[in-house]
Amino acid sequence: MKAAASYAYPILKRMLAVSFLLCLLLIISAFLGLAMGSTAQDIRQILSVLSGHADQYPTLSNIVWQIRLPRVVLAALSGATLSLGGLVFQALLRNPLAEPYILGISGGSAVGAIIGILLGLSPFPGVAFFAFAGSMATLLLVLLIASTKTALRKDTLILAGVMVNAFCSSVIMFLISLTQDSRLHNILFWLMGDLSLSDAHRTLMLMVALLPCFTLLFLLARPMNILLMGEEMAANMGVNVRLIPLLLLAVTSLMVSIVVCHTGLLGFVGLVMPHLFRLLFGPDHRLLVPACIFGGGAYLILCDLLARSLPSQGEMPVGVITAMIGAPLFILLLRGVRR
Amino acid sequence: MKTALAVKDLGHRYGGRTVLDAISFSVQEGEFFIIIGPNGSGKTTLVRTISGTLEPLRGQIFILDRPIRSYSGKALARSVAVVSQTPPSDIPFMVSDVVLMGRSPHMSLLAIEKPKDVDLTERAMAFTNVQHLAGRRFDQLSAGERQRVLIARAICQQTRIIVLDEPTAPLDLAHQINVMDLLERLRKEEKITVVMVSHDLNLAATYADRLLLLKDGGVVSLGKPDEVLTFQTLEKAYGCVLLVDENPVKKVPRVTLVPHALLTNNSL
Repeated sequence: MKAAASYAYPILKRMLAVSFLLCLLLIISAFLGLAMGSTAQDIRQILSVLSGHADQYPTLSNIVWQIRLPRVVLAALSGATLSLGGLVFQALLRNPLAEPYILGISGGSAVGAIIGILLGLSPFPGVAFFAFAGSMATLLLVLLIASTKTALRKDTLILAGVMVNAFCSSVIMFLISLTQDSRLHNILFWLMGDLSLSDAHRTLMLMVALLPCFTLLFLLARPMNILLMGEEMAANMGVNVRLIPLLLLAVTSLMVSIVVCHTGLLGFVGLVMPHLFRLLFGPDHRLLVPACIFGGGAYLILCDLLARSLPSQGEMPVGVITAMIGAPLFILLLRGVRR
Repeated sequence: MKTALAVKDLGHRYGGRTVLDAISFSVQEGEFFIIIGPNGSGKTTLVRTISGTLEPLRGQIFILDRPIRSYSGKALARSVAVVSQTPPSDIPFMVSDVVLMGRSPHMSLLAIEKPKDVDLTERAMAFTNVQHLAGRRFDQLSAGERQRVLIARAICQQTRIIVLDEPTAPLDLAHQINVMDLLERLRKEEKITVVMVSHDLNLAATYADRLLLLKDGGVVSLGKPDEVLTFQTLEKAYGCVLLVDENPVKKVPRVTLVPHALLTNNSL
């Protein structure tokens, strides 16, 4: 697997191969996500609805296109965003434990969202707005703490993020301890990540905001590779080591914040997907960025599918599934590769 | 001959401490130029200003007769390649990929490496004798192998000037000679200007056309090895007793350290 990652196999071919493979996986996952759900149906009915013959089964058609499709797209976009977030932060901060929320996004958005929920606001735009504002506030705070006159310090960035998140955690605990009614349930679901609040309009908005970010990160894949050689060497190879890391940081944080305010804190995906793809495809970001977009999306669709179809009644938060399946899978792969 | 590098009245300070003070010199194209001096004399800072990593507070630097500030990052990377002192230890890429990265200043953002780039990579790896390592991970190599890979990467950058900060410091004797011979060949065959920092005065004397001796951020001496490496100059710069005689294999100065114990015993 890893020996193949060499210039002997032109990068374009490898990029196409990885993208094709994982895109296929994404399409299969999306199909499963559309076809399966809490209401049991005949597979032929599903197929006819999916192939555009909606008129025979109006209810089912409604479920598939109005409820399941936005949810599947939301899952794909969130999975892709969080995986990319982890990928960029792990590369930029040179820390394998970095994840998309590391710069204080989780703490800030959670405090914001909980305040929104306690104020009795609707999930959208009220709670989402509070969550976004919260994440932006903590993010700015972390950047301010870590920036000196000339540069951003990586170690300080991580430490500041961890501290801000820790402080927010205690605020969250405090707010939870004050809450007793049904809002507690909403808060817990938000903290574990929840894809059930999707609708077509919001998902479309999300897509419009995120796709340019994905494209930009793909364009910056080669500079990201060179940054792994160390800032000094990257500068000597013509990479703008002030602008590009800052751009990466800003774009990634922004898109993670946008996703978080719609879905709550979906854990684990962002931490582990980049590592998984690194084990499979090597360290080249020109492979890893498309892998994270397609593969990360597919993974979250499948996890969400399990989360809403496993319980006999209702559904469980998707965050429960992501780690329950992902962690053992990752350990297996790690053992397999380091044999 | 053209001037590869010209430094005029360069000055820099770190937090109130002067690290470079009124430094001026120029290096001709195709010259082997070695910067020597005691620890903390400003060698690395000087190299960082020349390579564009650090902007000096005072003075001017000209690369191939153009002010360094008039270069974009990429254009500078097409003129000056740098092998820095301490590369990160956790570079996950394979040797061939590391060398191939040397092509990036010649490529636009969306470009994909072409067969020509792969060809240059192969040649650079052959030049520094690391082809057999092509499929190995960089972070699993020995210090000597890493240094040769990074020099191959610099060669792949196809620049007129290569700047190296103590490339031989972590290497054993055979590898030191290998790397120095390699740089000498690069200069002879490709007419590339080599500017390097070294702690090894004998190595510097053997290979350099000219030496620059720094102390406390200022120039102590500049010239041919036999002009710079006199015991008076060296003792002034390093503050220790040295014996300078002639290298038996090449007519250049040879520097020998003299232990304090021998001095006090009057055995010299």
